[in-house]
Amino acid sequence: MTTATAERLLGLVGNPNVGKSTLFNALTGVRQRVANYPGVTVEAREGSVALDSGGAARLVDLPGAYSLRPSAADEAVVEEVLLGRRGPRPDAVLVVLDATNLRRNLFLCSEVADLGLPLVVALNMVDEARRAGIDVPTEELRERLGVPVVETVAIRGEGVEELRAALAQARPVPREGSLGEALEARLASAPGACRWERLRALEAEDPQLRAEEVARRYAWITELLHQRGEEDLARARARTERVDRVLLHPVGGPLVFLAVMGLVFQAIFTWAGPVMEGIEAAFGWLGGIASAHLPGLLGELGTSLVVDGVIGGVGAVVVFLPQILILFFLLGLLEDTGYMARAAFLVDRPLQSVGLSGRSFIPLLSSFACAVPGVMATRTIPHRFERLLAILVAPLMTCSARLPVYALLIAAFVPATPVLGAFNLQGLVLLGLYLAGIAGGLLVALVASRFQRRRGRLLPLVVELPPYRWPSWRGVLLKLRVRGGDFLKRAGTVIFAVSVALWFLMSFPRQPVESGLSEAEQAALQLRESYAGRLGHALEPALRPLGYDWKIGVGILASFAAREVFVGTMGVVYSVGEADEESADLRAALRNERDPRSGRRVFNTATVFSLLAFYVFALQCGATVAVVKREARSWRFALGQLFGFLLLAYLAALGTYQTLAALGYAA
Amino acid sequence: MTTSLANLAAGRCARVHSFSPGAECALNLMELGLVPGARLTVVRKAPLGGPLQVDVTGAHLALRRNVAATVIVEPLAP
Repeated sequence: MTTATAERLLGLVGNPNVGKSTLFNALTGVRQRVANYPGVTVEAREGSVALDSGGAARLVDLPGAYSLRPSAADEAVVEEVLLGRRGPRPDAVLVVLDATNLRRNLFLCSEVADLGLPLVVALNMVDEARRAGIDVPTEELRERLGVPVVETVAIRGEGVEELRAALAQARPVPREGSLGEALEARLASAPGACRWERLRALEAEDPQLRAEEVARRYAWITELLHQRGEEDLARARARTERVDRVLLHPVGGPLVFLAVMGLVFQAIFTWAGPVMEGIEAAFGWLGGIASAHLPGLLGELGTSLVVDGVIGGVGAVVVFLPQILILFFLLGLLEDTGYMARAAFLVDRPLQSVGLSGRSFIPLLSSFACAVPGVMATRTIPHRFERLLAILVAPLMTCSARLPVYALLIAAFVPATPVLGAFNLQGLVLLGLYLAGIAGGLLVALVASRFQRRRGRLLPLVVELPPYRWPSWRGVLLKLRVRGGDFLKRAGTVIFAVSVALWFLMSFPRQPVESGLSEAEQAALQLRESYAGRLGHALEPALRPLGYDWKIGVGILASFAAREVFVGTMGVVYSVGEADEESADLRAALRNERDPRSGRRVFNTATVFSLLAFYVFALQCGATVAVVKREARSWRFALGQLFGFLLLAYLAALGTYQTLAALGYAA
Repeated sequence: MTTSLANLAAGRCARVHSFSPGAECALNLMELGLVPGARLTVVRKAPLGGPLQVDVTGAHLALRRNVAATVIVEPLAP
């Protein structure tokens, strides 16, 4: 048995889009886990590779980078890990180079070589390079770098065994003299344990040296490649360019983009439907069994905790899993084929006008399923201010938890009147709610981005447009597993905790069973007299101007577990028992509800639209608050966002109700 | 004769000459291969003032116009 400390530690580095993760998967198989570094939200996967010498080495897949020199705080991880400033220093580094683009890839390699660590080089995608007529200089690189250089085609597993065998032969690359006489002379007297540290020390004093250093590195590469990298590589991209002519066409490109996004939405909302219904039915069945058998064991209260708190809480999380998995699967496919970079290219200009960029696109798209993965996806945004901006507006995108609320209110109160033949009023209202969320998000981003102007820093690169490639199914599925697990862990724990807490607020203090009341009426009485009910009553004065009574107040409170809980809570408040958004009883109960004081209908047109407006903007989701806190690394930001959006929602609902009431729609 | 990268029409080739003074991401661009002397091609420009797709010795980068405006290039004959 080798202990963890005796194991060799290998770092895996490379530019983005070079097949680094595919190679990692091929080397480690499924023995991998996600490692999180404290203080930053960049994650690195870790796995174990069997070595030829017997035993195993730990392999850390570091984030893709163009340079060791960080242009954002989160990017500093690669350099810090390789210098041993975050845990033990790796014993050797595996550098992955894209054989179709050696010149740019060797830049990072030259920096890593200056760390003085032993290297092994993988020349990935050699097949693609050869097909494009590139003369891959494997032998020359081996000779001149003096390290093992292994040709690989990671996606087909070619060269992986050779690479594994070469891991034991890692050697440092001799780099002395490579930066030109003047710089080398000053380097010799600078403090630091390796060339890289000495360079950093020098440049901290004299930042002017950096340009010289970068130019020297490219000169070293040119010499290494004998001008090879300069050849015209247009042929390598001929196929990609043919596709791009359509996908990036000034008119056709945006059309294809809209079609692709439409397809993603369609998939999330229709394919997931049957599975979600199945999951709901399964949890309902489980609750039914528990209700039937547990009272004898746990008593009535214990049963209620298990059925409403535990089973309901877990169900509330798991029911979203099909949508999340479909979303992650499609995003993984679009990323791995290279289309996501094109989407970022196309939407960069429109997003730029509100302070975002093409990179914010995936996080915002994900947020239409759920803000939790959306906020997590902002990790790929290198620029911190823009990242915070994307985190800020992500919860305004209409997530799928809002849909049951919208569905209930629209089905109950908006007539299905045909509009212009092809549409109907219900569909148009739903579309309007989506657009209101998007417009709200863009507006908030626009206002917030004003605060950045004085610090305005240019983004060096919107995105790299890699050649189109067939995705690796295994890679996509592995990524799906890791991301899906992460979602369950992050969102699951919070939603579960909030569900149990809400169960407590709605179940205490206990009310004695009154004779002559039906079960549903007893449940309504219990809720009215519970802490949650009292809180609803206490909030009523503040909610009156929005057209709400205490019952709606309780529904809004309950929404903090997950917004769709509003529907079930309304079922309890209105004594209709178990109810979902398609319950005819619940719709009827809402329609017939009258204000005991004025005798007017509670759910009049003004109230319904005010409630819809509230749900468009309110951040009622404990899981989102928790993930924002973690990703923004600030409670102030997370709570500011929570209360800011509640205020926004309140004002939007107030404006909606008062306007419609003034127009006579509150009757 | 030099001009800025942002002024090049789609399809034109050029060599990187220098960066306009005070260009804040000049070093990031250099790290990506836009070193003085490097050859580049403007592949296309996104509509409505969107980013430029630039081929820098085989790698295709999307650069915003305001970033491209800081790169001074020597156009090569088409």
